[in-house]
Amino acid sequence: MTNAVLDISGVSKRFGDNLANDNISLSLGRGEIVALLGENGAGKTTLMSILFGHYVPDSGKVLIDGQELPPGKPRSAIRAGIGMVHQHFSLAANLTVLENVMAGTESLWRLRSDTDAARQKLEDISTRFGLIVDPDARLGDLSVGEQQRVEILKALYNDARILVLDEPTAVLTNLEAERLFRTLKDMAREGLSLIFISHKLDEVMAAADRIIVLRGGRKVAERPAKETNKAELAELMIGRKVARPVREPSTPGEVALKVTGVSVSIDGVERLKSIDLSLRAGEILGIIGVSGNGQATLAHLLSGTVRRDKGDIVLFGEPVGDLSVEGAVQAGIGRIPEDRNNEGAIGEMAIWENAVLERLPRFSRHGLVDRSAGQAFARKIIDAFDVRGGRPATRTRLLSGGNMQKLILGRNLIDRPRILLAAQPARGLDEGAVAAVHERLLQARRDGTAVLLVSEDLEEVMALADRIQAIVNGRLSPAVAADKVNATKLGLMMAGEWNEEHEISHAL
Amino acid sequence: MRFERREHRSVALVIATPVLAVLCALALAGVLIAVAGAPVMEAYWRILVGAFGSRLSATETLTRASPLILTGLAAAVAFRARLWNIGGEGQFYLGAIAVAAASSHLLGGLAPAVQIPLLLIVGAAAGIVLLLVPLWLRLRFSVDEVVTTLLLNFVAVLFVSMLIDGALKDPMAFGWPQSQPVADAAVLPKLLARSRLHIGLVIALVLAAAVHLLQSRTVFGMQSRAAGLNATGAVFAGVPLSRTLVKVACISGGLAGLAGALEVMGVQGYVTKDLSPGYGYSGIVVAMLANLHPLGVVLAALFTATMFVGADGMSRSMGIPSYIADVTVALSLISMLVGVFFTQYRIRR
Repeated sequence: MTNAVLDISGVSKRFGDNLANDNISLSLGRGEIVALLGENGAGKTTLMSILFGHYVPDSGKVLIDGQELPPGKPRSAIRAGIGMVHQHFSLAANLTVLENVMAGTESLWRLRSDTDAARQKLEDISTRFGLIVDPDARLGDLSVGEQQRVEILKALYNDARILVLDEPTAVLTNLEAERLFRTLKDMAREGLSLIFISHKLDEVMAAADRIIVLRGGRKVAERPAKETNKAELAELMIGRKVARPVREPSTPGEVALKVTGVSVSIDGVERLKSIDLSLRAGEILGIIGVSGNGQATLAHLLSGTVRRDKGDIVLFGEPVGDLSVEGAVQAGIGRIPEDRNNEGAIGEMAIWENAVLERLPRFSRHGLVDRSAGQAFARKIIDAFDVRGGRPATRTRLLSGGNMQKLILGRNLIDRPRILLAAQPARGLDEGAVAAVHERLLQARRDGTAVLLVSEDLEEVMALADRIQAIVNGRLSPAVAADKVNATKLGLMMAGEWNEEHEISHAL
Repeated sequence: MRFERREHRSVALVIATPVLAVLCALALAGVLIAVAGAPVMEAYWRILVGAFGSRLSATETLTRASPLILTGLAAAVAFRARLWNIGGEGQFYLGAIAVAAASSHLLGGLAPAVQIPLLLIVGAAAGIVLLLVPLWLRLRFSVDEVVTTLLLNFVAVLFVSMLIDGALKDPMAFGWPQSQPVADAAVLPKLLARSRLHIGLVIALVLAAAVHLLQSRTVFGMQSRAAGLNATGAVFAGVPLSRTLVKVACISGGLAGLAGALEVMGVQGYVTKDLSPGYGYSGIVVAMLANLHPLGVVLAALFTATMFVGADGMSRSMGIPSYIADVTVALSLISMLVGVFFTQYRIRR
C-alpha cells in the first residue's frame, strides 16, 4: 500500500522454542482503525512491542511513512509518531493530570517548566478529540476510565499519529468501553491511525474498520469488518469451531437461598438497599448491572466477607444470621470471586495450598495441615478440570488467567456444591476459556446446584440464566424470565427502568 | 537490560544464595582489610581462630549466637506475616528487666524447677505486651508498626535505664546503674562447666525447630503466610486476619522477650544498659540473611556471632579495627538482598 502510514513487513520473533511472531505483515492507512484479534499468547503484544521498539525482531522491518524505523529504539518510535497505551497504565498516581502528561517531555536541565504552554496544548487536544479531563485533578483520584483517557492524552501530547492500544477495555466497565470506542472513532475521523489489541469479538466488530486475526504467532486472516461476522472470527481466532453453550430447558427444584430485605453498608455508604432474591436448586439466576452498582457487595455478602445491617438470609429453609466464610463453605456454597488474582488465589502459594486454604478444617487434623490429602485434592482438580501448566506444588501465579479460573472453579465444583456464587466468572478470559467456564456452570445447573451468576455481560447472562434481575445503585429489580426478555429490555432494566413486579411481568 | 521474573526458583539456587552472599561479603570486606594494611587471608584465619580456636572462644561464640537465634526467629516469624516488628531490642530489654524484677522481688524464693519456667514465661510475656500495643494501634487506627515498634525501642530502653537507676537499682553495686540480681535459683544451668554457655542455646535450637514446624505444617502457619502474602485473598479464604496477626505478634514478641530473659538468667545475672550489643537489631539482619527461614536463622545467627567474636580476636592480634565485623555483617546483608532479588528475577537483555 502506498498511502499507508505504517507498514510492518515480514516480522518474526522467537523466544527460546516459542516462535511468537512468524513472518507477520500488516499495514495501516491514515484515519483507519485496525483491530488485532487473537487469543492470549497469539503474539499480538509481541508484535506491538516490536513496533514500539521494546523488542528487536529476528527478521522483518517496520516502516513509518515509507521510512524504516531503527529496531529496538522506543525513543525513535515515539519521535516517528507512535503512541502506546498500555494495558497497565504507566502513570504516577500522586501527580496531576497535567504533570503526568508533561512528564518526560521536557529537558531535565531546564529550571522552569513551561506549564502554561503545556496546559494550552493539553486543552487543545482535549477539546479536539473530546477527551475531557480536569488537568489539575490528581491522577489517583480519577476512575480507571479517566486514567485511560490521560494515558491516551499523553500519547497525543507527544504528537502521536499512530496510536496502539493494548487490550484497552480489559479494565473498563461496559459503559466506559462504549465511550472509549466513540472517542477512538472521533480520533480516526481527525486523521489518526489506530491499532487496538483485543480478544473480544463484540468490540472488534463494533469499533474496527479492518480486523487482523493472529493465531499461534501467525497472521491467519485479514477481513474488513463489514465482510465478516463474529462466528467466522471466533473460528479463525481459535482454529476450530467454538460455540458458547446455551442453557437447555429444565425445571428448577426447591428454594436453596432466599434473601429478604437485606441492606448492607460499607464505610457508612449503603451499598445494598433492601434487596430481595430467591434462588432455586438447578437454576441459574443472573444478576446484571453496570459494575459499581453493588454487585460486588452482594457477592461478598453471600461469600461471607461482609455483614448485613438488616434483613434475612434463609439457606435451605433455615434462617442464618450473618454468614462467615467458614459458615458459607460448610453450608455448601461454592464461591467464585470477581477478582481472581487478588481474592481468588494467593499467587505466591502453591496450587494445592490455594485449593485447600478456604477449606482447611477439612484438610487438617489437630491443627496440622494434611499435606498429602491436600495435594491429592489438588491433583484431582487438575485432572478433572483440565488445569494446564502446573502441578500441585507449582506456584499459582504461574498459571494463566484461564487456568487459574479453572482451578478456582474446580475447588468449588468438584464436591458438587449446593449453591454456586459466580461473580464475573468469564471476565477477561479468551473465547475458548469462556466457553469452558460456561459449560461448567451449566453442568453445575444440571447437577442441581443453585447458581447465582453476577455478570456485566448481557450475552453471557441471556445465554445461561433462567431468570434475570438487574442491580442498579444497590437496588435489585424483580426477576424476569430470561426467555421473555431481549437485550433492549435488559438495557432498560440496567438503567433502573422497572416498576412494580406485576407491571414488569405484564409489560414483558 | 531488563529484569524478568523467574518462572521457577530451584532449591539449589535458594540454598546457594546465602552462601554466595556471605562469600561475596567476605571478599568485599577483604578489600577493606587490605586497605587497613593487613594480609587478607591471615585476617580471615584469625577471625576463625578467634571464634573457634579455643574452648573459650567456641563457647563464647555459641553463647553469643543463642540470643541472636531467638531475636532472628522473632523477626522472621513477624516478617513472614508482613508484621514489621522492628522492636526486638525493646522487647529484649523489657523481657530482661521483667525477669530481674520478678526474681528479685516476687519469685526469688521458689525452687529452680518452678522458678526458671515461670521466669521464662514472665520474660516472654513482657515482650508480647510491648508488641501488642503497636499491633493494636495498627489494627484499630492503621498506624504503621514500623514506626511504632522502632520508637518503642527507645521508650523501653529508657524505661529500663530509669528502673536500674531507681526502683530496681542494686544497692550493692557501688553506685553503678544495674538491677538487683536474679535469685541464685533463677540462674540457668550451664551446658559446659567453666564457660558462659548455658541451656539457652538448647532452648533456642528447640524453638527454631518448633517455629519451623509451626510454619510449615500447621493451619496457623499456612494462614499466617497467606495473610502476609495477600491479605485480600486470605480474608476471602476465611483467614481471620486480626486474630492471626495477634498470634504472630505473641510468638514474635515472646521470642524476643525470651531472649532477654535467657541473657539475664544465663549470662549476666542482672540487667545493665549494655546487656544487649544490639541483639534486637541484629536479629533483623539474621532473619533477612536467613531469608526468613527458621532453620536458616540458626545458621545466620552462628555466622553473625562468629564474625563478631572472631573479629575481636583478629583486631587484638593484628591491630585492625574490629568494626570489620560490623562491616562484613552489613555487607552480607546487602549481598543477601541482592541475591534474593536474583533468585526471583533473571537478567534479560
